[in-house]
Amino acid sequence: MSTELTGAEITVRCLQKEGVDYLFGYPGGAVLYIYDELFKQDKVKHILVRHEQAAVHAADGYSRSSNKVGVALVTSGPGVTNAVTGIATAYMDSVPLVIISGQVPTHAIGLDAFQEVDTVGITRPCVKHNFLVKDIAELATTIKKAFYIASTGRPGPVLVDIPKDVSQQKTAFVYPESVSMRSYNPVTRGHSGQIKKALQLMLGAKRPMIYTGGGIILSDAAARLTDLVRTLGFPCTNTLMGLGGYPATDKQFVGMLGMHGTYEANMAMQHCDVLVAIGARFDDRVIGNPKHFFNEDRKIIHIDIDPSSISKRVKVDVPIVGSVSDVLDELIKLLQVSREKPDQTAIDAWWTQIDLWRARDCLKYDRASPIIKPQMVIERLYKATKGNAFITSDVGQHQMWAAQFYKFDMPRRWINSGGLGTMGFGLPAAMGVQFANPRGTVACVTGEASIQMCIQELSTCKQYNLPLKIVNLNNRYMGMVRQWQEYFHGNRYAESYMDALPDFVKLAESYGHVGMKIEQPGDVEGALKEAFKLKDRLVFMDFITDQTENVFPMVPGGKGLSEMILV
Amino acid sequence: MRHIISLLMENEAGALSRVAGLFSSRGYNIESLTVAATEDPTLSRMTLVTAGSDDVVEQITKQLNKLIEVVKVVDLSDGDHIERELMLIKMRAVGKDREEIKRMADIFRGRIIDVTDKSYTIELTGTGSKLDAFLEAMERSAILETVRTGASGIGRGERILKV
Repeated sequence: MSTELTGAEITVRCLQKEGVDYLFGYPGGAVLYIYDELFKQDKVKHILVRHEQAAVHAADGYSRSSNKVGVALVTSGPGVTNAVTGIATAYMDSVPLVIISGQVPTHAIGLDAFQEVDTVGITRPCVKHNFLVKDIAELATTIKKAFYIASTGRPGPVLVDIPKDVSQQKTAFVYPESVSMRSYNPVTRGHSGQIKKALQLMLGAKRPMIYTGGGIILSDAAARLTDLVRTLGFPCTNTLMGLGGYPATDKQFVGMLGMHGTYEANMAMQHCDVLVAIGARFDDRVIGNPKHFFNEDRKIIHIDIDPSSISKRVKVDVPIVGSVSDVLDELIKLLQVSREKPDQTAIDAWWTQIDLWRARDCLKYDRASPIIKPQMVIERLYKATKGNAFITSDVGQHQMWAAQFYKFDMPRRWINSGGLGTMGFGLPAAMGVQFANPRGTVACVTGEASIQMCIQELSTCKQYNLPLKIVNLNNRYMGMVRQWQEYFHGNRYAESYMDALPDFVKLAESYGHVGMKIEQPGDVEGALKEAFKLKDRLVFMDFITDQTENVFPMVPGGKGLSEMILV
Repeated sequence: MRHIISLLMENEAGALSRVAGLFSSRGYNIESLTVAATEDPTLSRMTLVTAGSDDVVEQITKQLNKLIEVVKVVDLSDGDHIERELMLIKMRAVGKDREEIKRMADIFRGRIIDVTDKSYTIELTGTGSKLDAFLEAMERSAILETVRTGASGIGRGERILKV
């Protein structure tokens, strides 16, 4: 007879079997048995955060920077509701997470018990799938399914809700080697006929454009993409989620596209005759008003693993459902055996046009300013880290400047909340990145508004000696809100001013970290150098930046992609 | 345009709420929804009637397919199919109306399944428009109560939805 284990032991054993090395969490009543089991082993290291939102963001940053499933553990009720923002963030950006939540005992469910909330109901719209485990016999299989669902197909967060009595009961432990579900069979290979059609269209293009998103990163297809784009000689743009998918320092890269994309990327998107969209979803921040987008005639090829992403906002001519890396492999193979080559004369003429757009120098700013320009800080950060750092960001102007000015040559180096736009993401995500990459340089680009949304995590950073470098672009405004108020609300800065700010230097010091305040442009480079020299310390750099600086180019909401406001 | 979508899904707690939640969160409309276990008790069969442009209905079927517990989805209105709906209708039936109501029920191939000295309860099956026509034919003030199941549908001939 095999020995019987408790639900809590089974949960921890499952995590060990899945090779989970870090678990981000916060204890509470409903998960005490699980914590007790965690205490008795050392394979799965538990990282104690200071708020459940941060647990999920940390697991998220861990996953995005490593391509492993991130795991978080929270208690019932408020533990779960705090985690919801993190879960929704991961869902919007298709990040594979498994969230384990405690629940009140099965006999108390539905009776408004202490710390009871309908977790499956609350999280349903923001998870790929969720489970309530009512029977201990199903616990191990359910956890196996959770990891399988989270990491296959279009990835996403999966939640497993475990009632306290289930974690206490006993059963024999058998962890299935694999699971198969009749209702879940994600495709990988694209339709070969469609792929051939796509290649024909690409080879016949006069003004081609390759537009790629987070799918390239999630599918680990950056090398393949680079190979394909270089072979074809086409221009390539990345979305905010796709940065690092194609080397930003390469001359075929035309910059990020979209609301704050470069002039050349947006113009090329608007005026191309064949658009190849790969692992991207034509969202509202990317193509602006879809009606305006279709003022120009072009053929669209769309490669995505999620059929529902195809023809959702934009009708396409050649849809290819499949794993981006598999489809790219096949395209490259076909291209190698094909005798046809792209029309070089047409492509050269197209590059001449793109270079004219490039010459607008749309990212220019006042480099001689006596006040610190935020763009300059990012440029210096790039230089100080030689472009090799992992950069997490919060949400707002600083996020856009980081995306525009830090040149990502590698995938999984740019970690931000693109879909949900979650302020407070940057610091906890950076913690997860540092755990996944203990030798990596990790910087969090943030603003004085965003950073205060998860500032409590400075304490977690101290506990685990995480040597993060926090680059706070402090303009004393919720900058992006202020920018919109300036343009669309008659300069009425309703509630966008950050008053009564803490002294960030003292704050950092009180958590046991190093704080710096930088007020002169001439001090920026030196401060960064000094900060990165402190390899084993967290350094909080508070840069006092220009209050009035705006992010350009800018496509106003509801406008077309080529209707940019330029500096 | 009206579409009738049939789907098979795992017969598990919460599966129905995923479908209903999908429709409300994405702003799709539901005219009717029926669901029950099939001859295989691990599967439920659902019939959904919705209205929308072709693009919207395409998205609806894709989004339904994406739900982990959904096994198969078919838009029955893509081909030949049969639709039936059940209605129970309680009528005030006194005096000379009793004979008239019974005759109308016969014409529509309804059956009277409960009788009191003041009322009839009629069971009527057919397409939604037949049920509407019956209600139209009845004296409004005599209708005491109605309950309809919403449409159930099945493909004609060899069109089979099965795992």
